[in-house]
Amino acid sequence: MLLQIDWFIIIEKFILIAVIVTTALIVAMYSTYAERKIAAFLQDRRGPNRAGPFGLLQPLADGVKLFMKEEIIPLTSSKTLFIMGPLLAMITATMTSAVIPWGWTIDVAGRQVPLQIADVNIGILYIFGVVSLGVYGIMIGGWASNNKFSLLAAIRGASQMISYELAMGLSLIAVLMLVGDLRMSTIVTHQTQHGWNIIYQPLGFLIFFVCALAECNRTPFDLPEAENELNFGYHQEYSSMKLGFYLFAEYINMFISGVVMSTLFFGGYDIPFVNEAAWGAHWWVGLIGFAVLMAKAFLFIFLFMWIRWTIPRFRYDQLMRLGWKGLLPLALVNMLITAVVVLLLNK
Amino acid sequence: MQALTNRKKQVERKPMTLAEKLYLPAIFKGMGITFSHLFKKKPTISYPEQQRPFPSVFRGLQILNRDEEGRERCTACGLCAVACPAEAITMEAAERQPGEEHLYREEKYAAKYEINMLRCIFCGLCEEACPKDAIYLTQTVAPANYGRKGFIYKKEDLLIPNPTTDREAYEKAKGTIGTGVK
Repeated sequence: MLLQIDWFIIIEKFILIAVIVTTALIVAMYSTYAERKIAAFLQDRRGPNRAGPFGLLQPLADGVKLFMKEEIIPLTSSKTLFIMGPLLAMITATMTSAVIPWGWTIDVAGRQVPLQIADVNIGILYIFGVVSLGVYGIMIGGWASNNKFSLLAAIRGASQMISYELAMGLSLIAVLMLVGDLRMSTIVTHQTQHGWNIIYQPLGFLIFFVCALAECNRTPFDLPEAENELNFGYHQEYSSMKLGFYLFAEYINMFISGVVMSTLFFGGYDIPFVNEAAWGAHWWVGLIGFAVLMAKAFLFIFLFMWIRWTIPRFRYDQLMRLGWKGLLPLALVNMLITAVVVLLLNK
Repeated sequence: MQALTNRKKQVERKPMTLAEKLYLPAIFKGMGITFSHLFKKKPTISYPEQQRPFPSVFRGLQILNRDEEGRERCTACGLCAVACPAEAITMEAAERQPGEEHLYREEKYAAKYEINMLRCIFCGLCEEACPKDAIYLTQTVAPANYGRKGFIYKKEDLLIPNPTTDREAYEKAKGTIGTGVK
């Protein structure tokens, strides 16, 4: 019985998981550095440049600092939930990477190895499910802190995420109608054959992008962390690495949403105007695909940061109005038009 | 109502146009502005490595001068202490003994010479009062310290390096003496 299990697939998946999670963590680590550098450059400053050459060791120094800080759990908090908050935020942030196709299928000693942890046939729904779980990290953390500012921030975060998820989902339905499959790998291969989805769905992408900003709690939608109104937001009572996890989860989320956007709208690991499929299933083709996807994701991370250091924060009522009265009807119209066009063309 | 100044401006209250309501054109414009700043020259001076030159009239930390043979110029006449409006200078005089001619320029010298940097206001009146070219204000600042005691500078802290033993340091310290207001 034991022998019937395909051990290679388990080893293969384990390696993939390790590599991808490590990549996500490292990217998130250096996103903090990139954020500070980009912020500095946009404001005519120099940014961190003391730890190592060009300040490249700054993320390590920050990590060490966070680990060394005193860990404080407020007496009036509910301890289990207080610890669970940042854990949940971190877990949900890393879990999303499971269904993303990271590169072309490669050939390792006669085995076809897809660079994807799990090619589930409900890929997109899985991402949505996990991303929606992310709000629990904020909610639980804010609630367990037993602090009114934290609670207010958590409630804001929750309502913001729920309102923007609707428009996000609707803008995605249009993409799904084009592709006709929920599987992430199919979405990418469809784009390699028929051109990127951004060509057919520019409005859908815009809606998705705005919603992604809101889902990641990035400026202009960083209301859960509005310092001037809520002191510090939902992680006010957190210290040490628990705070670090919250901040880290935000950066992982940013990276993952960059990857998701490249996958859904920008052809994933596909290089435009180049037919990589003809190169065969070599390991380096997979690697190039991976590099291309990362480059696209990095562009999105840069865009996120660029936006953060340009636009001020929305007021809460403006945020809600934009979500419910602006993006939601727009996404509905976009979906309807796409449906009609797809129907007409198929006939 | 009559306007108090000629800078009065009527506030525009016309409804927003569609482009303004969409936010997007304004956002793109703003992003263009921030992006152009990405390549601008940074005005920052990386402090410990790079230092901005002091102006020649800058009045900083005091220095006690020596003559070319390395002898202390100060004769402890006390004129600087009298001139000091902040009463930061204290000194004790002593008589030069035979055999100390290479140390002190004249028969009298300052055995103890202290400036309290917490009191000093860097006005430069001591420099003006000195008849012996013995005290100057340099283009350096008094560094930070952990205690009050550290701000009371002794004679050893204030003296210029000896030109007979350490010519280079002497020249360097000499170069920091400002020209004063001309």
